[in-house]
Amino acid sequence: MKRFSFLLALLLLPGCAGEGGATPAKSARELRVCADPNNLPFSNRRLQGFENELASLIAREMGATVRYTWWAQRRGFIRNTLNAGACDVVMGIPSSFELVLATRPYYRSTYVFVTRRDSGLDVRSFDDPLLKKVKVGVQIIGDDYANAPPAHALASRGAVQNVIGYTVYGDYREDSPPSRIVKAVAAGEVDVAVVWGPLAGYFAPRQPAPLAIVPVSPKIDLPFLPFVFDISLGVRRGDQALRDELDGILERRKPEIDALLDRYGVPKG
Amino acid sequence: MERIGRRSLVLAVFSWIFAVSLISGCRREPSGGAVVPAAPTGRVGASPQAVPSGADDGQWLMAAKNYASTRYSGLTQINARNVRNLKVALTFSTGSLRGHEAAPLVVNGTMYIVTPFPNDLYALDLTQPGAPAKWVYHPDPEASAQGVACCDVVNRGAAYADGRIFYNTLDNHTVAVDAETGQEVWKTRLGDINKGETLTMAPIVVKGKVLVGNSGGEMGVRGWITALDAGSGRIAWRAYSTGPDKDVLIGPGFKPFYAQDRGRDLGVKTWPPEAWKTGGGTVWGWISYDPELDLIYYGTGNPGPWNPDQRPGDNKWTSGIFARDPDNGEARWFYQWSPHDEHDYDGVNENVLLDLNIGGRTRKVLVRPERNGYVYVLDRATGEVLSADPFVYITGSRGVDLKTGRLRVAAEKKTGVGKVTREICPAAPGAKDWQPSAWSPRTGLLYMAHNNLCMDFEGVEVSYISGTPFVGANVRMYAGPGGHRGEFTAWDPVARRKAWSVKEKFPAWSGALVTAGDVVFYGTMDGWFKALHARTGQELWKFKTGSGIIGQPISYRGPDGKQYVAILSGVGGWAGAVVSGQLDTRDSTAALGFVNAMKDLPANTTRGGMLYVFGLP
Repeated sequence: MKRFSFLLALLLLPGCAGEGGATPAKSARELRVCADPNNLPFSNRRLQGFENELASLIAREMGATVRYTWWAQRRGFIRNTLNAGACDVVMGIPSSFELVLATRPYYRSTYVFVTRRDSGLDVRSFDDPLLKKVKVGVQIIGDDYANAPPAHALASRGAVQNVIGYTVYGDYREDSPPSRIVKAVAAGEVDVAVVWGPLAGYFAPRQPAPLAIVPVSPKIDLPFLPFVFDISLGVRRGDQALRDELDGILERRKPEIDALLDRYGVPKG
Repeated sequence: MERIGRRSLVLAVFSWIFAVSLISGCRREPSGGAVVPAAPTGRVGASPQAVPSGADDGQWLMAAKNYASTRYSGLTQINARNVRNLKVALTFSTGSLRGHEAAPLVVNGTMYIVTPFPNDLYALDLTQPGAPAKWVYHPDPEASAQGVACCDVVNRGAAYADGRIFYNTLDNHTVAVDAETGQEVWKTRLGDINKGETLTMAPIVVKGKVLVGNSGGEMGVRGWITALDAGSGRIAWRAYSTGPDKDVLIGPGFKPFYAQDRGRDLGVKTWPPEAWKTGGGTVWGWISYDPELDLIYYGTGNPGPWNPDQRPGDNKWTSGIFARDPDNGEARWFYQWSPHDEHDYDGVNENVLLDLNIGGRTRKVLVRPERNGYVYVLDRATGEVLSADPFVYITGSRGVDLKTGRLRVAAEKKTGVGKVTREICPAAPGAKDWQPSAWSPRTGLLYMAHNNLCMDFEGVEVSYISGTPFVGANVRMYAGPGGHRGEFTAWDPVARRKAWSVKEKFPAWSGALVTAGDVVFYGTMDGWFKALHARTGQELWKFKTGSGIIGQPISYRGPDGKQYVAILSGVGGWAGAVVSGQLDTRDSTAALGFVNAMKDLPANTTRGGMLYVFGLP
């Protein structure tokens, strides 16, 4: 009988229970999270990202278990996940992102310059004339009329011919495709890369060559081009109750969350 | 695993397999597909061998009807006098909810329909009452292809040749299917969805080669056209739209008309270093063929994925047109509609091959209603621009210099991050997007469904992809002068002026069909299928279908000897994504700003794919 009920439980697992969703039937509460299965340091299917850890931490606070729906975080991500009802929360979005209802920010990070320590390059500002001479790598987005802020910043200062783009999509068969830009610095493909902080902070220490990370300056280009962003959790628009509950947890658990982000080397903006 | 504890190994293994199958099943959905017989079955009665020649064989073998891409049916039973009696003869649900842009094919008493993703191919038996499905072929494309496809997961149709149906799947495969049995003959992978590449265009078959181009310029994809051997599916040649001459298949036979297109490796030199590697120029539109000159013609998409100020130069060979030798792919000439494109003006629209009397003599021309708002007439042997005239309100440029061939770009409409630029006309989808026009040799007019849209770039908007925050312009599209968003226009390319036009509330996103009965057909995004008088534009008949129309109408002679007109209804595409993708109408910049112009579409139509065939009683 027991065996049959186990099978039955499997049969009744609704729709798309992903890994991490082996929920005993009686534990009613689930934290349904949509996440990219291949995008460290944020999240992956093996639950190795800081967003995975944060989801577990929040779920514990709620007395819930985490259930993941995996979807590459590309154009249409919010539409196909949160807004399609596949989950109730996404673990990282800019706080001013209009497609969702954002919680209070749980960290602020910045774009950073990444160089090889042995290169002797000490770039701290977009206004450094060196950035027109050496090979510079930037992340490119490729959404029409949109791009990573460092790409705009370099172009407006006339650095174009020496700039190489690394698409954030990359090749999805590889592990964490956006990380290629950090590997390119270590390999000497570029002299300086301008990289979003959490990505650089996690991958730089994992390269064969020692790399240096320096936050960019200025923090904002006028009229309005920020390089520093607040990051929040996102819930569906209108889901005030969940947002308020998450806000409470983020506030109560701030020391633990800060420690978690430190462990992953997230640069503070 | 510890929960299994003392259970027997057999049960544990069984449970594990069961669980895995559940999970993996999940990853492969959501197909949103129809419940249909799984295996291809049934036989076609007629032989698919010889295609009868003559005035009009009553069939429809490729999306554009013929190599010249005229979408002109020589059938005359349905005409301007009796079209008001048209009645529904046949319907068929495709079971798909996404945008239906494809043209049906009709060959030997069978109709073939390709659905949007998951790209099923249906064969309907027109010899039987109600045209029951003979078989359905499921290519089972990878579900993840939906996530990387730009815009909607559309398919623009198939092509028939030598007993086979050829078409593309969203996940980068070209397939050949036996037209009688529905059995797959070959299936060749041409690209990689992991790099953002997809296939949405309708191939054509020329001299035993299937010609296919890729989509995905927004994702940093490098554009190409590829020829496959129709018999074996093996790749015969591939020509890229960017990069060194050897990749673009530019050799000694390349003789562009204008000086700016001559020189070595311009596909590298007109870009910042390495930017050509992700430079766009995808080939997701239409291909034509001139058997006499033995040249194929096709357009290239806009440059990407950098913003314009990050890719100084003409960004060759994007937003232009190539003429190539179909046997080996070698380029013969090139012309660039929009050098250094700033407004997402893909150059992939249809190329209508005509012999027109221009300046007192017959010229072999190529007529192209282009996204940037001009109807171009080119000498198709040389690539010389004979004329380029605006068919909509244009602020983004001030005409084409016929001496140099260059577009005169309006400097004040240049866009930039943090800069506000208002009233850029036409908007990013262009004066006319992919929706193909039709040509009648009887009236000498080109019939085109098109847009009347402008756009503003306002401030910046923060967004997020793959864990990376970024900023972009806030694009909003809205109706151009007159307040209507679409138009159906009859254009005289010899007199270089509009003959007549009809205003449409929504962008007119369907293909056009014209017949020897002097009737033109097209559909609207709120679901009306319309017949107009080809000479006057007078509305003669209309029918409200179940969903908005973005498909391509065709006409054929049925096995009963009667003429029919067929259209797929099923709203979607870029313009209709607000319905088919259920986008949030409060987000005015969704679908790259198109949603702002389409807020009222959900109140006017609902999604769902359905074939409608009309005939006289």
